[in-house]
Amino acid sequence: MVDLVMRNVTKAYGTNVAVDGMSMTVNDGDFVVLLGPSGAGKTTTLCLISGLVHPDGGDILFDGRSVINDTPAQRNVAMVFQNYSLYPHMSVRENLSFPLRSPILRTPEDEIRRKVHEVAETLRISHKLDSRATELSGGEMQRVSIGRALVRDPAIHLMDEPLSSLDAKLRAELRVELKRIQASLGSTLLYVTHDQTEAMTMATDVGVLDEGRLVQFGSPREIYSDPVSLYVARRLGLPRINALPADLFAGAPSGASTIGLRPEHIRHGEGRDAEVIRIERLGDETRLHLALDGHAIVTLTDVHTELTPGDVVSVSPRDALYFDASGHRIA
Amino acid sequence: MAEIVVGNLCKEFGDFVAVRSSSFTVEDGEFFMILGPSGCGKTTTLRMIAGLELPTSGEIHIDGEEVGQMPASRRDIAFVFQMYALYPHMNVRSNISYPLLSQGMRRAQVREKVAEVAGILGIQDILDSPISSLSGGDRQRVALGRAIVRNPKCFLMDEPLGALDAEFRAHMSEELRALHNRMGATTVYVTHDQLEAMQMGDKIVVMNEGEIEQFGAPQDIYDKPASMFVADFIGSPPMNFLKFRVSVGLGATEVPVRNHSLQMPALREPFDGDAVYGVRPEHVRLSDSAGYRGEVIASEYLGTTQIVTLRTEDGEVKARTPSSQTAREGETVGLEFNGPTVTLFDEGSGRALGSELNEGVLSRG
Repeated sequence: MVDLVMRNVTKAYGTNVAVDGMSMTVNDGDFVVLLGPSGAGKTTTLCLISGLVHPDGGDILFDGRSVINDTPAQRNVAMVFQNYSLYPHMSVRENLSFPLRSPILRTPEDEIRRKVHEVAETLRISHKLDSRATELSGGEMQRVSIGRALVRDPAIHLMDEPLSSLDAKLRAELRVELKRIQASLGSTLLYVTHDQTEAMTMATDVGVLDEGRLVQFGSPREIYSDPVSLYVARRLGLPRINALPADLFAGAPSGASTIGLRPEHIRHGEGRDAEVIRIERLGDETRLHLALDGHAIVTLTDVHTELTPGDVVSVSPRDALYFDASGHRIA
Repeated sequence: MAEIVVGNLCKEFGDFVAVRSSSFTVEDGEFFMILGPSGCGKTTTLRMIAGLELPTSGEIHIDGEEVGQMPASRRDIAFVFQMYALYPHMNVRSNISYPLLSQGMRRAQVREKVAEVAGILGIQDILDSPISSLSGGDRQRVALGRAIVRNPKCFLMDEPLGALDAEFRAHMSEELRALHNRMGATTVYVTHDQLEAMQMGDKIVVMNEGEIEQFGAPQDIYDKPASMFVADFIGSPPMNFLKFRVSVGLGATEVPVRNHSLQMPALREPFDGDAVYGVRPEHVRLSDSAGYRGEVIASEYLGTTQIVTLRTEDGEVKARTPSSQTAREGETVGLEFNGPTVTLFDEGSGRALGSELNEGVLSRG
């Protein structure tokens, strides 16, 4: 595994700048997640690193050496896509062995057998090694395609929303599993997603992308508690942060145009009166939808609250974030 | 608007029993969710209410009238599908007008109705746009408009948001629920998404393998599951299950496990056998003083809270704890369970044992 450095990398398709001056370092053994909505440049970034797409400017270094003129094969990265592409006529064992049988690698057969067993064990698919790829469930197929990346010893693993086509339960399981596998193998992993839960739960570092630019890079805790902009603050947190006019509550610093209040950062029982519009019960948490001067606010309340629509609760901010008119964080 | 009463409804396809003796009542004006995994019979149930399938046996009453064997066209319901089936060559206005014109309504009145519905859905400005130019959300709104405009007795919806991406889906479910609150029309909604069911429903019926597992208000189903299936299907992460052999008498408030005793609400029935101690992740606390121990094997940061996965002698446990509390992988910590929230299950049948917590709620349809 290598240290990856991107230096001011840019790629445009016509007038559309997909990746805009991106600089980033992924250290050996890190699990970095790039988070952004569709069109933010996530997939293009992976294609630039793997060599499938050539940048217009900037440099990409593996362990300090520029790979910009290397072919994808020479760069030796392993990529996992959203839609698992397995060889349907082969068994799971053959699918997993295939990358090792590449003429460049020339892996001895007993080594192949050992590696395939090891990876199958980690991914809990050992009992399916002799099944045909087409006989597997969606979750098993995705595990095999992750396994096919893991059997190799690439410079870096690149993953493009590998869990997004799976159902919620399986996704939750594989999140934990993938993080465990990455930690136990010590692999370097760059993972892109639009799913904030994946970013928060798995990453050592999260990079937040906005229209091709890397707008913040840091640990999930840093990004959640100390976002640089309203855009970043909105990308992490469920329910989403409330963005309200700064003068709705007293105490805004000068220059603030927006106050950002996370639902859990709203104190109840003092402050301004808000009307309860709706109570949303999710089982483990109950959300209160409020209206204050015509602004919608979402906050959390006691799970078994007896509040009903039409009731009035008073609310005040706690640990508020303030942003200026352009959305930059000022306090 | 209407009340829907389903009684002993069965549907067989050859040897396969899709729906097995289902009974439930949808009250007038309710937003009612049919929830379950694929193949559980939820769509078949909905299609029988609509008249798209005829039941093998059983009854369906809409507004007091038995409609079980009546054709769909005579039931006065509106069906909204996952794939908005719009007429692609017509504009929005023509799509919404179509059901009224085909009923023979006068043009002036149709115009009025369409304008009213467009107002409710906030699509006034796209009325003259062709369908092909619309976003997925607008198409879904038009499909709803076409259903609403007829003023049917009830709406039946089969995963109408299933094809949308997560963020947009959350937005649409919010919008759909707000629309329901304004119109108050009886709605039966089928989904496999437990969060959607919890968020939107006034009542939920949980189905599994053609049978009704539980029927009730969302919070009751979450807090007081009638079976291990329900406890596992609802909640993310789902309820934790600790498995051990117990012998407990009527009124017992704790179960002995090795040298510990775990708290629970007073039992309303004695039990002797393989039991499952069910506790929700938010009711598990990490505490140094607790005697029941577990090893931390993973922690997932979620902002204010985190999910900590622990290995115990009785199985894996997930705890939802404040993220300010540290939980290092490899560390062994004590676990405290919030006794009054616990459900004890019979492992063999998967059934919840009656207790002080769930008495009065364990109705099965």
